[in-house]
Amino acid sequence: MPTTERILRITVKSIISKLRRLIVKASASAGEGHVPSAFSVLDILWVLYDRVLQVDPQNPRSDGRDRFILSKGHGALALYAVLAEKGFFPASELERFAAFDSPLGGHPDCNKVPGVEASTGSLGHGLPMGIGMALGMRIRKIDRRVIVLVGDGECNEGSIWESALLAAHHRLSKLTCIVDYNHSTDRALLLGDIAAKFAAFGWAAAIINGHDHEAICNALIRTDSDRPTAIVAETVKGFGCKQMENNPAWHHRAPTQDELAAILEELA
Amino acid sequence: MRKQFVKTLEDLMEQDERLVLLLGDIGVFGFANAFKRYPERIYNIGICEQAMTSLAAGLAKEGLIPVLHSIAPFVIERCLEQIKIDLCYQNLPANIVSVGASYDYVAVGCTHHCPADVAVLQALPGMEIVIPGTPGDFDRLFRAAYANSHPTYFRLSERSNQHSCNVEFGRAEVIQRGGLATVIAVGPTLTWVLEATQDLDVTVLYYTTVVPFDGGTLRENCPSGKIAVVEPFYVGTLAHEVTSAMKDRSIRLLSVGVPREFLTNYGHAVDHDLACGLTPEQIKARLEQFIHD
Repeated sequence: MPTTERILRITVKSIISKLRRLIVKASASAGEGHVPSAFSVLDILWVLYDRVLQVDPQNPRSDGRDRFILSKGHGALALYAVLAEKGFFPASELERFAAFDSPLGGHPDCNKVPGVEASTGSLGHGLPMGIGMALGMRIRKIDRRVIVLVGDGECNEGSIWESALLAAHHRLSKLTCIVDYNHSTDRALLLGDIAAKFAAFGWAAAIINGHDHEAICNALIRTDSDRPTAIVAETVKGFGCKQMENNPAWHHRAPTQDELAAILEELA
Repeated sequence: MRKQFVKTLEDLMEQDERLVLLLGDIGVFGFANAFKRYPERIYNIGICEQAMTSLAAGLAKEGLIPVLHSIAPFVIERCLEQIKIDLCYQNLPANIVSVGASYDYVAVGCTHHCPADVAVLQALPGMEIVIPGTPGDFDRLFRAAYANSHPTYFRLSERSNQHSCNVEFGRAEVIQRGGLATVIAVGPTLTWVLEATQDLDVTVLYYTTVVPFDGGTLRENCPSGKIAVVEPFYVGTLAHEVTSAMKDRSIRLLSVGVPREFLTNYGHAVDHDLACGLTPEQIKARLEQFIHD
């Protein structure tokens, strides 16, 4: 591996580690937060904002921006950490995460947080909103992308498959849907081959390792000429923190101060 | 009213390039001309009201003004959470226009009835609710409100008042003044109310916007403190608006509307008017008793 590439990878690894610690500290401080869900999508969000999306933190509502919707809004801590790292707002805001008058709540609010495109939390809303944005940009002749990240459990919702039909029917080639496939809801409903399902609805579809930055980037920079694209990202819920990984007990639980010290040490 | 809806939309779509019409596979043939003229701004989305509502929010985020259209239970009750979060919580300028008010589609059964629509939407902060009583009302009210910055619901009815007046969005009309009670006629109930009150010394107010509720006109025209609301949806729906408007005054309230139960019979709407106590004669009897109690 060339030296510059090695240095770059070390730097990214260090940033991801820093963001994980920021997330877990914010959660512990607030006594709130879906930390494993944030860790599941953190690598994807970092690659999106670092290498794929054309966005301007100084002008977050510019017509010329790419639009990103975190449809699985409970991954909000990861989005906040990445937006802060990219300069949309100061990282110190995370210290007040979920406080009474904080703009940063357990789910993202587009009317409070710069860079957040949609207020999500109830599952199955973000993808159809993304379709409306893609259609709206087509009507307004704005040539930019819409990328929506949904969870696998979210794919239980009928509105996801209503959207899959709509996006293919209207040939929304500027729309990409990333599925965070961490298998956490296999216990309820087996989804099987999600990429094949999107392909059957008329989408271009691919499966990637959702923690491999090169794979994420290579998949996300591609679009199809006349079909929407689905990227099924195989992920680990709680990735990077052994006691949280694939452990349902941590789904919506903040670390205690004792647990925090041990987790921060692991993430260092 | 449906014909007026088509006429008004076709006209406005020519004037305002922000308007985008989304049909839930309802009204498609009526809008055939619009499909030809504005193919980029009218879509038969299909029978997927949840996605259609969120999609409308996405259009509104891009600076467009969506108009959603389907039968009331499907475009309101089926996708209530999408209306709540995507339109109201995000505070987006989207418009919902329904057909099949209350039991307009009575013969097809309870699945197609929707007397609860106003009650459920009223619970959503930021939602505006418009009940036109005539095609002319719809035209005036839609033009006045479609491009404001809030989600707005327009409830079309198969019924239309014989009486017409120059309604304004957000304002009640004083139809007649009297001293024994104040009767609020909502949307298409005005004809019933005028027939019921022709020999009664009562004030009649005509409401076509129920949220925001024009409390000022009610306060200024309620000398008796007796208020009767004749509402074309679930009985008691507007009780909160009335009591809030009159909060520092002692009042008596009579609500006349659709009973809060499933209307399991079929037949014609007039059969249900009678069963629900909504004929002019029945309304008059309720009012006379209310006035004299």
